Amino acid sequence: MADSSEDHIVEVEQLQFSRGERVVFDDLSVKIRRGDVTAIMGPSGTGKTTLLRLITGQLAPAKGTIKVNGRLMHELSRRDLYAMRREIGMLFQQSALFTDYDVFENVAFPLREHTDLPERLIRNVVLTKLHAVGLRGAARLMPNALSGGMARRVALARAIVLDPKLLLYDEPFAGLDPISMGVVVRLIRSLNDALDITSVVISHDVQETATVADHSYLIADGRVVASGSPQQLRAQDSGLVRQFMHGLADGPVPFHYPAPDYREQLLSRDEM
Amino acid sequence: MILWLRDSLASMRTSLETLGAVTLFFVQIATRLPRVLVTRRRLVIAQVYNAGTVSLMLIMVSGFFVGMVLGLQGFDSLSRFNAEDSLGALSALSLFKELGPVVTALLFAGRAGTAIASEIGLMRATDQLSAMEVMAVDPLERIVLPRFLGGVISMPLLVAIFNAVGITGTYIIGVSVMGVDSGVFWSQLLANVDLDDVTEGIFKSLVFGIAASLLAVFEGYTCTPTAEGVGRATTRAVVATAGSVLLLDYLITSALI
Repeated sequence: MADSSEDHIVEVEQLQFSRGERVVFDDLSVKIRRGDVTAIMGPSGTGKTTLLRLITGQLAPAKGTIKVNGRLMHELSRRDLYAMRREIGMLFQQSALFTDYDVFENVAFPLREHTDLPERLIRNVVLTKLHAVGLRGAARLMPNALSGGMARRVALARAIVLDPKLLLYDEPFAGLDPISMGVVVRLIRSLNDALDITSVVISHDVQETATVADHSYLIADGRVVASGSPQQLRAQDSGLVRQFMHGLADGPVPFHYPAPDYREQLLSRDEM
Repeated sequence: MILWLRDSLASMRTSLETLGAVTLFFVQIATRLPRVLVTRRRLVIAQVYNAGTVSLMLIMVSGFFVGMVLGLQGFDSLSRFNAEDSLGALSALSLFKELGPVVTALLFAGRAGTAIASEIGLMRATDQLSAMEVMAVDPLERIVLPRFLGGVISMPLLVAIFNAVGITGTYIIGVSVMGVDSGVFWSQLLANVDLDDVTEGIFKSLVFGIAASLLAVFEGYTCTPTAEGVGRATTRAVVATAGSVLLLDYLITSALI
């Protein structure tokens, strides 16, 4: 039976987006099922982070549509867009913690901005979220005292503090040691199931993403080149999918960035 | 010659584009101003402290030295015309109408303007502003406007303090060192300084406050999100403020005289 529109929290249809002369997306279509952990993978520079910014309405598409909860993001007024964003949590690659605030205040920030909860309740909500990511004891540390993995977890606690329906992860495994990576993988799955939310994981870490995702999209050259469960992607014969899923250095995505002939360039007297 | 002309035209075009971008940015924050004044008062007060109180020592020390130099130079020049009794009036008029607003604005750009531009720039470079946007918090309301208003409110207060300390510096040199009569110093000052002279200085300080704060927040908010971009934004905030303040000073003075 075909999925109905209500089954999907995010629907990206025939998206086109460019930065200057460079085409980032050309006819990209992606659907995110409610309740799933969906991975969007692809080589570096394919615009994965840009896609998240388009989903959150920070960027507008040149053509095509992006619907979140059935509403067109780029047609929303500023007020409606901000109301919609309250239902979206996002974990940034750099964590993006507020460096002037300690861990507790970072997590409390959305609550203070959007609610009139009494201080006692804010304290309890923040401690609950910090406990969920295992950092209740770090509440009074400043961001510069945190390791990369801890900062990522604090940012995750902040992203879920308003109980969003959709949680977006931008490269959640980048730069983490194996233990921190394992912790983050476990958190993505457990938070998704425990909070009954939908998660979108943008990543190029095939192994970690495969262990957590229900469904994966592989994007390259501005469009979806493959989709399915991680096992289905691994079994595909397509050159690019094989190269990406098995981490091959050369293939359809060449090792060398396009350049003039090597010999000619070395012998030429031209400037670079 | 053709190359020079081409570069000049390109530079002029860039300047006009920047001016347009600054104007649009000002309109963007101006439309949010009433809301911020109601909902973000605490943040504005905190930024008045950040921009104003922390600049206080610099302003006072600078004002004192400027006043003392004014005392020395003023006495030396006036004594050539046997008019050293007018030292009080000369120093007050110089400080109220020109030196106070201009020097304070330049010092403010160096002390608070750079801090504001680099702070906002760093927030841009580390995705803190994007994080706020995704959290449905408008960075213009939460970060930019409180800093802008903090600067605008601080500037006239800092100018008033600069003027007061400057006149004290002139008084110490003129009366205690050069021997001008204390009563004559004050009576000349009171007799020759009108309310218009004071309001001219206040008006200038407000305009310079808007210019210095606007350029600082604009440069920080629109900087390239890299270490070099933040550095450039900080430098541009000072250079653009210095140029704008001196240009605006000329325009206001020529309009008021």
